[in-house]
Amino acid sequence: MGGYILKRLALAVPVILGITVIVFLIMAMIPGDPATAILGSYATPENVAKLNRDLGLDQPLVARYFIWLWNMLHGDFGQSFSLNRPVIDEVLERFNNTLILAGSSFVLCSVLGILAGVVSAARQYGFADKAITFAVLLGISIPSFFLGMMMILIFAVDLQWLPVSGMYAIYGGGDLPDLIHHLTMPALALAVVATGVIARLSRSAMLEVLRQDFIRTARAKGVHERRVICGHALRAAMVSIIPVLGIQAGFVLSGAVYIEIVFQWPGIGRMLVDAILQRDILLVQGGVVFVAACYVIFNIIVDVAQSLLDPRIKT
Amino acid sequence: MAKFSLTRRALLISGVATGVLAGTGLPSMAATPPGVLVVGQIAEPKALDPAAVTAVNDFRILMNIYDGLVRYKSGTLEVEPALAESWTISEDGKTYVFKLRPGVKFHDGTPLDAEAVKFNFDRMLDENHPYHHTGPFPLAFFFSSVDTVEASDASTVTFTLKEPYAPFLSNLAYPTGLIVSPEAVKTSDKDFGRNPVGTGPFTFKEWRPNEAVVVEGNPDYWDGATSLKAVIFRPITDANTRVAEMLSGGIDLMVEVPPVALKEFQNDKYHLVEQAGPHLWFLILDCAKGPFKDKRVRQAANYAINKEAIVNDVLEGTATVANGPTPAAFAWAHDDQLKPYPYDPEKAKALIKEAGVEGQEVTFYVTDGGSGMLDPVPMATAIQADLKAVGLNAKIETFEWNTFLGKVNPGLDAKGQHVDMAEMAWMTNDPDTLPYLALRTDAWPDKGGFNSGYYSNPEVDKLLEEARTATDQSKRAELYKKMQQIVHDDAPWVFVANWKQNAVTNDKVSDFTLQPSFFLLLKDVKKA
Repeated sequence: MGGYILKRLALAVPVILGITVIVFLIMAMIPGDPATAILGSYATPENVAKLNRDLGLDQPLVARYFIWLWNMLHGDFGQSFSLNRPVIDEVLERFNNTLILAGSSFVLCSVLGILAGVVSAARQYGFADKAITFAVLLGISIPSFFLGMMMILIFAVDLQWLPVSGMYAIYGGGDLPDLIHHLTMPALALAVVATGVIARLSRSAMLEVLRQDFIRTARAKGVHERRVICGHALRAAMVSIIPVLGIQAGFVLSGAVYIEIVFQWPGIGRMLVDAILQRDILLVQGGVVFVAACYVIFNIIVDVAQSLLDPRIKT
Repeated sequence: MAKFSLTRRALLISGVATGVLAGTGLPSMAATPPGVLVVGQIAEPKALDPAAVTAVNDFRILMNIYDGLVRYKSGTLEVEPALAESWTISEDGKTYVFKLRPGVKFHDGTPLDAEAVKFNFDRMLDENHPYHHTGPFPLAFFFSSVDTVEASDASTVTFTLKEPYAPFLSNLAYPTGLIVSPEAVKTSDKDFGRNPVGTGPFTFKEWRPNEAVVVEGNPDYWDGATSLKAVIFRPITDANTRVAEMLSGGIDLMVEVPPVALKEFQNDKYHLVEQAGPHLWFLILDCAKGPFKDKRVRQAANYAINKEAIVNDVLEGTATVANGPTPAAFAWAHDDQLKPYPYDPEKAKALIKEAGVEGQEVTFYVTDGGSGMLDPVPMATAIQADLKAVGLNAKIETFEWNTFLGKVNPGLDAKGQHVDMAEMAWMTNDPDTLPYLALRTDAWPDKGGFNSGYYSNPEVDKLLEEARTATDQSKRAELYKKMQQIVHDDAPWVFVANWKQNAVTNDKVSDFTLQPSFFLLLKDVKKA
C-alpha cells in the first residue's frame, strides 16, 4: 500500500510540471497583456513598454518561465498585478472559501444523492422511485447559475429570508450562523446537479448488486431487509459509487465558478475569472497550478480509498 | 445492528436539515444603522494609492479619502481650489505657483505642507526617488510635462513645466493628482495601497479582501465634516446580483445600473440619478483602405445609423446622441451649434451609390464588454441592420475586451489584418486628450497614438497642437470648436452616443448627486 501511494505521488510530479508549462504558455499566447488591461484607454505603445518593464514582463519567455518555476519552488508565487498583494495569500484565502462552499455542497450531494439512489433502488418502480427519478431529472436539467438566480429572486428579493450574496454580513455578523446563513443558497444551488448524477448512478449500482447471489442468500438466511440494503448491498455498491463521488467532487469544484459569480462568493473560481479578464498572469498561473495540484492529490486519495474498499483493485 | 444503521442515517438527515433550517431561521438581514451608507461597487479595488491605480471603480473610493491641490467645481468640469487656496500661472504658461491651505492635516496627524506635495510628485515621476518602488505608476504620464516641483516655503509649491501644457490643472484634479501622506508611505512602503492616508472627508478604517472597504467620517475635515458615520464599499462584480442586492436592501446605493434593470427602480422606493459625462461612444472607420477611404461612404455611415433608436431602445435612454468628437460635458469647449448627423437612410443610400460601393462587405470588430463600452453587442447588431438597409454588409467579429484592444489599438490595417470599422469608447477628464491621442496624423498607431483608423487632416493637426499649448481658455474653446466642425464633416468616426452615468439610491438616502467627472463624491450625502 505504501509503495502504491509513493508511486502515485511520484507520477503526480510530471503531471503538475506539465500543468505549469501549459498554463504558462496559454497565458503567454492569449492576445492582450496586463499592461494594456491596466492602462485601458491610455495603453500607448510607449506606456505599455514602460509598464511591462516595471512588471518584469520584458524578459524572454523561457527566462520568465524558469524564474516563475524557481520562485514557486521556493514558495514565492509572486505579486498579483490587479490586486496588488502576494498571489499565494489571495489563492489560499480564496481556495479556503471555495472549499467551504464546495465542501458543504459535496457533503450535501453525496448524502442526498446516495440516499435517493438507495431508496429508489429499494423501491424500484414504486412511487418513491418514480418521484425521485422525476426530481433527479429536473435537477440535472437546470443549469446551476439559472437556478441560483431564481433562488435569489425568490428567497432573497421576494421573501427576504436569505441574503443575496457574499459570505458574511457586511455589518456585524462574521460568526458561524452568519456563514451558514450566507452559505445555504449557494451550497444548495451547487449541489443540485451533482445530487442528481449521484442518485442515478447509486440507483443503478444498487440495482446491480441487489440482483446478485449473495443478496439472495442473505435474504434466504432471514436477514432483515433494512440490513440487506444498508449493510450488504450498499457496502458492495459503494465500490462503484465512490469513483463517481470522486468525479462529482471535481464537477462541484469547477461548477463553483458559476455559483461564485452569481452569489458573489469570494472563492477561487471567481478570482480566476477576474484574473483572466484582467490578464493578471501570475495570479492565473498560481491559482491554476494550485487548484490542479489539489485535484491531482484528491484523485490519489480517491484511488487509495477505492483500493482499500476493494482489495481486488491492484495496488 | 439494524437499529444502528437507521440511527446513523437519521442522524445525517437531521444534521443536514438542522443546518438548512438554522440558515433559513435567522433574522433575514442585519440592517445597516442610520448614517452608514453601503455602496455597491462593480469590482474589488486594486489598491487605494491614487498614484498607482487606473480604474474608475477605484477612483470612486479614492475621491472620498483624499484631496488634490485643485478639484472640479460641483456639477462642472472646471477646476476650483482644494488643498491649494490659490495659484498663479506665469505669462509663458510654464510656471505654476500654488499657495497651500493653512492648517490642513493628513489623517495620521502629519501636516500637509509644500514638502508633502513635492514628495507626492517626485515619488511618481523621479525614478531615483527612494519611494518610487511603491509603484508602478501607470498614469504618471499625465504629469510628464512637469520638469521640477519645488517647495519654495512651507506653504508654497512651484511646478515648472518643460513646455506649456493647458490640461495641467485639470489633470491635477484627476485622481492621479490626489495627495497622499508621505509619512504613511514611508511607514507602509509597498503596502500603502492597502493602508491609505489622505486629507479627505473620510478616513480609511479597514479593507476586508473581496468583501468590503470601510471608511469613516473625518470630523476635522477642512471643508466641513460629513453627516455620515461610515461608508462601506462592497465589490459585486455581477450586474444582476448587484440589482438583486439593491432590491433586497443589501446595498443603499449602486452605480452603473444596467439599462434592462432601470424599470425595477422607477418607483417611490428608489431615486434614480443621471448625469451626462465626458464620454464618447463611436465607430472608428478605416480612412486608409476599403470603402471608408471615401469620405462620402463615411458620411453615409453616419446618416445610415439610427442613433436615436440606439440610445432610446437599446440603451433605454441611458445615453444621448453624440454630435461630434467632443462630449457636451466639456461645456466650454463643446460646439453646441453642431447638429448630429440626422438619421437619413435615403441620403446614405445615394452617397453609397455615388461612391460605387453598394453591396460591399465591411469587417466590423465588436467587443463583448469593457470600460465605457455600454451594451456593445446589441448596439453592433442594430448598427449592422442599419448599414444593411443602405447597402453595406457588415460582417461582425466579436472579441473579449483585452483581446479586442490588442487588435484595434495597433491599427485597423496592422498585423496583416484589414478591418473596416471597430467600436470604441473613451472617457477623459479634459477635451484635449481624446482628439490629441486619436485624431492627429502624428497619433497613428505606429507613432504611438490611438488613431487606429489613420485619419489625417493637416488643419486638424494644427488646431490640436495650438489648442493644447494655448493657456487662454476662450482661445482654446475657439480652436476646439473649429476642430469639431472639420472632424464632423470629415467623419473619420461614426459619432454615436454620450453615456449618461446613472446611479440609484434607496429612500433612506438623500442629497446624492452624480458629477460630470463620473467621480462619486459622498461627503454631502445623508442616510437615515
